[in-house]
This record gives sequence, C-alpha cells and structure tokens, in this order.
Amino acid sequence: MAVKIETKGEVVTAYLSGELDHHTAKEMREGIDTAIQVNMPTLLIIDFSDVTFMDSSGIGLVMGRYRLLSKTGAELHISGMSEQIYKVMKLAGIERLAKLDKKGK
Amino acid sequence: MRTINKFSMTLPSVSVNESFARAAISAFCVQLDPTIDELADIKTAVSEAVTNCIVHAYKEQIGNIYINAEIKSDHSITIKIRDKGCGIENIEQAMEPLYTTAGGERAGLGFAVMQSFMDGIKVRSSVSKGTTVILKKRISIRYSANGNQ
Repeated sequence: MAVKIETKGEVVTAYLSGELDHHTAKEMREGIDTAIQVNMPTLLIIDFSDVTFMDSSGIGLVMGRYRLLSKTGAELHISGMSEQIYKVMKLAGIERLAKLDKKGK
Repeated sequence: MRTINKFSMTLPSVSVNESFARAAISAFCVQLDPTIDELADIKTAVSEAVTNCIVHAYKEQIGNIYINAEIKSDHSITIKIRDKGCGIENIEQAMEPLYTTAGGERAGLGFAVMQSFMDGIKVRSSVSKGTTVILKKRISIRYSANGNQ
C-alpha cells in the first residue's frame, strides 16, 4: 500500500511511501480522502518520510487536500520531507498553506 | 560542442512509464558523476515533461513519447522530450506558474519545476502536430583528494 492511515482522536496521519508522481498520486489521494471523510479530523498530517521521489503531482495532492480540509477549518501539516521534496514544496509556496517539517524533525 | 555519449528511447504514453523514463535518464546520467541533488533535479524535470505528454499532449489516447539524451563535452546533459500530440496554442501562458488546463488535482507547476531545476529549457510546439521540450543541465565537476577527476 502506498498510503497507511493512523487515527488518534481528531488527528489523522497519512504515511505515504514509494514514489509520488502522476501515476501513483491517485491511490494515495483516494486513501487520504477516505480517511478525511470517515474521521473528520481537525488536523491532517501527511508524512513523507518513506517517499523516495516526488514531482509536482505531490503539490497537486497537497493543494487538493488543503482545499478539502479548509471546508471544515481543519489544519494540514507536512512532515518527514527529504531535501528534494522540500525544494519542490517551497517552489509552490506550500508553506503558506501548511506547516512544513523536514526529515528528522 | 562535442557529443560524448547519447541514448534514445520511445515509450507509449502510459503513466507507468513516468517512473521508467526518469530511472532510465538517471542511469544514463551516472557517467557524469552527478551529486544526489543534481540527479534529483534531473529526475524531477524529466518526470514533469513526460507527465505533460501523458496528461496534456495525448490526453485520453496513447501515443509515442520520444526521448533523446546527449552528454556533451562541457560536462552537461541535454534531454529532448518530444510528442506528436495536440500541441500548445500559447506556450507563454502554458509556462506560467499555476496555469493548468487539467483541473483541480494538477498544480500547474510542471514548467516552473523544469525551469527552476534545470539550467536551460526550450519549448517548441505546433498545434495538432506536437511539442518538443529541450532540457539542459551542467553537472559540477568533482575532484578526488589526489587531484584526479
């Protein structure tokens, strides 16, 4: 599975793994969206610790989830990013939408 | 500028080939001894260009993606990614950050990533004939402790 969901109270954490591109984004997106609909979290953490590659499809995924969460005022955190993933996120200005943490933080 | 090595491949525009294309280019680049960051930049840019062929150029149909890569004597790599898809009417607009015709789940940042991660990008396109994207990146020359390259 490319996405593993963990729920603790009102916090949902989605652990992504493998390569995140246009081909793999759909499965990850569907897994996260189901967890959002079922659990109605106040905070969603998307953990990239086990993501080995990401292109701008990852930005689309984060922006789409941000839009979904903003309907209920829930927050979004992005954690465990490698330097490469952080660089792509920064290029898109994702820090304006979500709290960003690199790997090991 | 002398061409030191070259490689070409043709792939059908199915999305599983996005990872294959960047892995193949990455393997070809290794002879330039790039840093992990340089390699990640190239892989990301190639992934964007190939995804554009799949999502935009050929949309619902399957067509060929033609990829040519050349290593040049100035320690650089030039990668040409060509399709025979729908073409881009307004290249300037297509290259604007956040502009997309593909809807909510696409960020519209493909060209912005290519521009930012590579040293040069050229885009040629002709409506209903296809698009060619040429990406270039110089790879830093690293020296070992005894002074050898």
